[in-house]
Amino acid sequence: MVALLSSLKPTARQRVGRLSSYLVGIIFIVLVIVVADWPTIAKQFANPEVAAKMWPGIVTIALRNTLLYTIASFILGSLLGILLAVLKVAGGPLGWFAIGFIELFRGIPALLTIFAFAFVVPIAFNVQVPGGAVGAGILGLTVVTGAYTAEIIRSGIEAVSPGQREAARSLGMTSGQTMFWIILPQGLRIVIPPMTNEFVMLLKDSSLLFIAGATVQSKELTTFARDSLSQTANATPLMMAALLYLLVTLPLTWLVGRLEKRLDPKR
Amino acid sequence: MSTLTPDLESSAPPVVITGLHKSFGDNEVLKGIDLTVEQGEVVCVIGPSGSGKSTLLRCVNLLEKPTAGSVRLLGAEMTDPDVELNQVRTHVGMVFQSFNLFPNMTALGNCMIAQRQVLKRSKAEALEIATRNLELVGLSDRMDYNPAKLSGGQQQRVAIARALSMDPKVMLFDEPTAALDPELVGDVLAVMRDLAEAGMTMMVVTHEMSFARDVSDRTIFMDGGVIVEEGPSIDLISAPQEKRTQVFLKRVLDPTHIEDSELGETEPD
Repeated sequence: MVALLSSLKPTARQRVGRLSSYLVGIIFIVLVIVVADWPTIAKQFANPEVAAKMWPGIVTIALRNTLLYTIASFILGSLLGILLAVLKVAGGPLGWFAIGFIELFRGIPALLTIFAFAFVVPIAFNVQVPGGAVGAGILGLTVVTGAYTAEIIRSGIEAVSPGQREAARSLGMTSGQTMFWIILPQGLRIVIPPMTNEFVMLLKDSSLLFIAGATVQSKELTTFARDSLSQTANATPLMMAALLYLLVTLPLTWLVGRLEKRLDPKR
Repeated sequence: MSTLTPDLESSAPPVVITGLHKSFGDNEVLKGIDLTVEQGEVVCVIGPSGSGKSTLLRCVNLLEKPTAGSVRLLGAEMTDPDVELNQVRTHVGMVFQSFNLFPNMTALGNCMIAQRQVLKRSKAEALEIATRNLELVGLSDRMDYNPAKLSGGQQQRVAIARALSMDPKVMLFDEPTAALDPELVGDVLAVMRDLAEAGMTMMVVTHEMSFARDVSDRTIFMDGGVIVEEGPSIDLISAPQEKRTQVFLKRVLDPTHIEDSELGETEPD
């Protein structure tokens, strides 16, 4: 067999190698299809009765809350990100504060940050985050998003041609006016694709809000699905949640691709 | 005692440069420049690339910080750390080689933003002044265009209108036609000529020798970070005294003879 293989030409040997790997793959898939217990899978993961019970709450409450929390923390987080980016670019003591903030919350898992705002901060400083568990969760996500988007926005600011700053300053505009009216509008436009990506990440991270706890009306998609899972002892809710996430993320990911192509200066 | 704010009424020379030095690291680009520009005077600065002429212009409104020496602009000492930099710059227009129009605004918006934010003019007043200046540079039919939709020559004329909308006392031009296609240079130079004839004080770094000769009162020839020769433009360009000026002008005015002169002056005249 080995002698047979080595007698072949290199290109032919490659072809044999590729064919055999396809063959292994096909055998594996066929085995899975034959061996898997399809009736049980259907009952456990795609059960129409369980799905009917979820409806319409999984959309009108859970998906709605997921979108609400994501959009709220994205808007607040982006504003924080702009502030941090501007401070970091400006330098000085506030710049060092911005760097510390960014590095701190980029280095800690988002789950821990949300946990901290929900339980540690109220106990340690005896303050209650407005909005209860949801408020604490959104605040945690805002802080994390702020740290991540700050770096994205800073790269956008630095991508604006230095001639823009010079032109604005030569007209007598202060550095603040130059940043607000000239640099930021251009820098933010440059970072629309990575910011959309950040939105997709945030949408998925909103599932971490389960750690803060939620009432029936304030559950987001993952919490809703997990709770339903334990109530029904059936994984169909998880599958539905996954599909609903994809329903939002896939069009957005496609949109990012389109935007990147449109904003690409080489085209 | 130095003055920190611009004096707009004074008839003193608006630009007074003394002993100006500028280094980038170990590279000394300006090696002691003395230059005074009178009210209403048009001064062209010519010289080979790397001679420091753009740096000189950028030191005037402190886009580059001088290493040593003094720059008095509209009576304000620009090298004083406490100078009201923005206030002085408001009255000094600058036009760049690469136009530097704001791409996030229309031509009109470019001419209005600093009027609104810096001079705090009303929207109606800013609009009126911007419109008037865009008409002046021949772009009344392009006012609502974004810069990306304009030709290089049109963009540069918007940039001039933008600077003029601040009612400047002095205009600085940094190679304003160097990035333009040859057929578009004329429109920009025509606008600059009108401006000069209207009595604007101008400093122009340029490679356009005919503009320097016909429009400017005085021409400065720089090489290696120093002023080699200066004088009335007609004299300096038609009959330069210094060897370096002669070689430079010969190359610029008659590029086909470059190789003759570089082969060791074989011409018998």
